[in-house]
Amino acid sequence: MVQFRLPKNSTMSEGKTFKASPDAKNVKRFRVYRWSPDDGKNPTIDTYEVDLDKCGPMVLDALIKIKNEIDQTLTFRRSCREGICGSCAMNIDGANTLACTKGIDEVKGDVKIYPLPHMPVIKDLVPDLTNFYAQHAFIEPYLQTKSPSPEKEWRQSHEDREKLDGLYECILCACCSTSCPSYWWNGDRYLGPAALLQAYRWLIDSRDEATGERLDALEDPFRLYRCHTIMNCAKTCPKGLNPAKAIAEIKKMMVERQA
Amino acid sequence: MSSTHKTASNPSARDMRTPFGRVLGMGSAKSGTRDHIRQRVTAIAMVPLFLFFVGLLVGLTGADYETARSWLGNPLVAIAALLLIGAAVIHMRIGMQIVIEDYVTGPALRTLSLIANTFFAYAAGIACIYAVAKIGFSA
Repeated sequence: MVQFRLPKNSTMSEGKTFKASPDAKNVKRFRVYRWSPDDGKNPTIDTYEVDLDKCGPMVLDALIKIKNEIDQTLTFRRSCREGICGSCAMNIDGANTLACTKGIDEVKGDVKIYPLPHMPVIKDLVPDLTNFYAQHAFIEPYLQTKSPSPEKEWRQSHEDREKLDGLYECILCACCSTSCPSYWWNGDRYLGPAALLQAYRWLIDSRDEATGERLDALEDPFRLYRCHTIMNCAKTCPKGLNPAKAIAEIKKMMVERQA
Repeated sequence: MSSTHKTASNPSARDMRTPFGRVLGMGSAKSGTRDHIRQRVTAIAMVPLFLFFVGLLVGLTGADYETARSWLGNPLVAIAALLLIGAAVIHMRIGMQIVIEDYVTGPALRTLSLIANTFFAYAAGIACIYAVAKIGFSA
């Protein structure tokens, strides 16, 4: 059966607590998942008290402050700090989102921070996304044509270009796929919302001429049809996109070419 | 099926396939859309059929055995019943199959569950059809 409980070596215990300095007035507690591959120990939840009067407004600001000033061993990915690179995707306050666009003031009580769910953890808040990236490569996310290349560019009407809105904005942060129970249970065969949204982005591109091959590759009870419209993907997407709708559109194309 | 190899860092030293090779797996099954269409068409069919039967059952509240039997023996009611049985059994079988595929992993248990699901769907469907036919042809 699917494993619903955490395996023994993944059960968490209380970790260290790092107190704020006594003169701090505006203290927020950050409860952060910690795990290291090096010490053979189970994960812990460490508590960091951060003085918000000396910290930027976003959760990522607090994490960077913790790493710089409190505990250098804390490990997480980050890069652009403005919601376009997708590196700092993690589970904050119970939902997958980007630490850089999640305001600390949006969280009531302690800020609980875990890595993206149901992925192998490399260290602390860094998940292993190898499979996720391989699935993205699998849908062949680039223009494929069979007609001879035009002298200038492949042309597209304004109307057809508009069809890519809501799709091209995806930054591949993996928030959606790792929030999807179908992806948790069958992520080895189900491509997941992120890869399927990308697949639809190329299926609906009027310039692409590999639509049939693309649909053939997705015609599978697991690759595509494990989507049960749970909608966690659309709810959690930090860019406000709707992967579930893109998947439904792929299913519609599948039906359309049969009937 | 096997969910043993989820990512490269999964500590399964014997799996040396590339991540891309794992995603390719055994290739597309070239199916899925047919079940998808069936599941939706049977769902649509069941809306009026269920409403009709709920109405009939409510209408038969307090009626005696012979009245209920004669209603079910009516050809139009019997045909509607058979349609409902057909739609419901197809829908039930696909739905349950999806649940098993989602949650049951071990290959043996999974295959046995899928076969049991098929057997149950046919047995339940045929039994219902037999019951309706018996009432209809003995009225």
